Amino acid sequence: MVETSETASASLAGSRTAGLSAAGWRRLGVLAAIVAAVILPWLVSDYRTFQFTLAMIYAVALLGLNLLTGYNGQISLGHGAFFAIGGYTAAILIHRWGVPYYLTIPPAGLLSFVIGVLFGLPALRLEGLYLALVTLSMAVATPQFLKYFDSWSGGSQGIILTKPAAPAFFPVGTDRWLYYLSLAVLILAFWAGRNLLRSRTGRALIAIRDHPISATAMGVNTALYKTTAFGVSALLTGIAGALAALATAFVAPDSFSPFLSISFIVGSVVGGIATISGAVFGGIFIQFVPNIANDISDAAPWAIYGLFLLGFMYLMPKGIAGTLGEGLRRLASARAASAEAARDPAQ
Amino acid sequence: MEQLLQQVLSGLATGAVYASLALALVMIHQATESVNFAQGEMAMFSTYIAWMFVQAGVPFWIAFVLTVAISFLGGVLIERVLIRPVESAPVLSQVIVFIGLLVIFNSTAGWIFTYTVQEFPSPFGDTPLFGDMITSSELGVIGVTLVVLALLYVFFRFTPLGFAMRAAAQNPESARLVGIRVGWMLAIGWGLAAAVGAVAGIMVAPVLFLDPNMMSGVLLYAFAAALLGGISSPGGAVVGGLVVGVLENLVGTYLIPTELKLTVALAVIIIILVVKPSGLFGTALIKRV
Repeated sequence: MVETSETASASLAGSRTAGLSAAGWRRLGVLAAIVAAVILPWLVSDYRTFQFTLAMIYAVALLGLNLLTGYNGQISLGHGAFFAIGGYTAAILIHRWGVPYYLTIPPAGLLSFVIGVLFGLPALRLEGLYLALVTLSMAVATPQFLKYFDSWSGGSQGIILTKPAAPAFFPVGTDRWLYYLSLAVLILAFWAGRNLLRSRTGRALIAIRDHPISATAMGVNTALYKTTAFGVSALLTGIAGALAALATAFVAPDSFSPFLSISFIVGSVVGGIATISGAVFGGIFIQFVPNIANDISDAAPWAIYGLFLLGFMYLMPKGIAGTLGEGLRRLASARAASAEAARDPAQ
Repeated sequence: MEQLLQQVLSGLATGAVYASLALALVMIHQATESVNFAQGEMAMFSTYIAWMFVQAGVPFWIAFVLTVAISFLGGVLIERVLIRPVESAPVLSQVIVFIGLLVIFNSTAGWIFTYTVQEFPSPFGDTPLFGDMITSSELGVIGVTLVVLALLYVFFRFTPLGFAMRAAAQNPESARLVGIRVGWMLAIGWGLAAAVGAVAGIMVAPVLFLDPNMMSGVLLYAFAAALLGGISSPGGAVVGGLVVGVLENLVGTYLIPTELKLTVALAVIIIILVVKPSGLFGTALIKRV
């Protein structure tokens, strides 16, 4: 205890005398990232803007997965299914009933939430590998289901939509409009996610992950929180799915193959599984690294992708955000220490 | 009735393949507590090696033995070079390494051998036996699997090396104290798993034909089989494999259209697991607080 308070006062002193504390650096980083994200579509081509839109959409989905797998310790290899539910809800609402596109996002999230909670109930009895198998099965079953119920889903042809045009008050072109829409959803989702994790609920989720029995003993309703975590996680991923359907203007069973679910867990872990900012790094990773791999080798792009995965895991076993966070903490404490030394040379 | 028996027997043949791969998964899980998602792709790659030998005119059984030996060495090498650096990393990071291996094997196989589907010879022919009850190739697959299982049983039960490997898996610290080289035991475990996987691949290739994606479904069934039997029990994995094979066949024949075969087979397995979360033969983990 004494040590902690000393470091805390040291970092406080450091922030006054020699720059920022770790939290300060983080706040500055978030602000810089938002500013950069707002400027970005004016600097790159429409196609790149579209790619960044997808990266942000993936980031929202990964945030959902991080909540569940990173913070609550329930592994999911099947989040592509919730992405599909969101995407198809939006597509069917637009295609069948002509619902305005922006009104399709809430029902997509809501339906995913309900299905997530329902799925979370049997998941209560399963742990670790068993849950991994069940969720992986869900990922495998998704395209089969979509193809089978073809009167709703359009079968293997899928459903083709038109890209939503930018509204009259914000005339920036379709691609940029989708970009800003996704950015707004991303910021909202991250703000909500951060607040959730800092609340009583967030502490309960983490306690359940770290020590379920102690959590129960302290009065945490494990079943309630675990199913809620499944629901909220599915909600975020479902919203991302709806956004993706709008951005690509197309849904088909093969876009929701098990590979999508595997990409999600890859993005989550490479980005940093029990972090919030990791979702952004993960989204960028799963959007861009396959393209980079393709540029390096036409013949065996996925072999290159695999090498990237191995490399990232060897160098940053805690993911990009985990490693960055450690670096920041080290930087801040080193600065604080040197400030201390400068103030008190006798030591 | 006759058709039912026929379907059960042919289910046992595919089940035997699932059982072998499930056994490979259990072997690595016992030592490392994680499931090697690349096991299926490693088996696929081994099968391509066997195919190359057969194409070059090597007699089938010599090609078989050579492939199993090469796979063993390959497995040892993968553990030593690629898995070792993440030995103490978080489990999910290990999973990502396995996924990395999976795509590397899949993509490299596609690059070297192309994605064209190849025929693979069956050493047992395809003659119907016992009044059309079972084909000779199905009987052969079941036979080979049983031989592999018997060999593994003898190895782990009666040889010093087998004992050492079990000790290393069960209690690494104590094993190290009595002079067992735990790291190498792990590597040999990977080698054995790769060799067993190679046998599974060679056995299933005449049925599924050879292509880089042939193992994705098989791996999922093997994973399901391993968990169904209880991931901590090698015998359970074998029973699980046979059950999954028969179940898959019966569900596909009698219940539902083939598009949903995989889905329904998995759903049945999941229901069993929800009722009995540690598998049919697994011991429930009791945690001390």
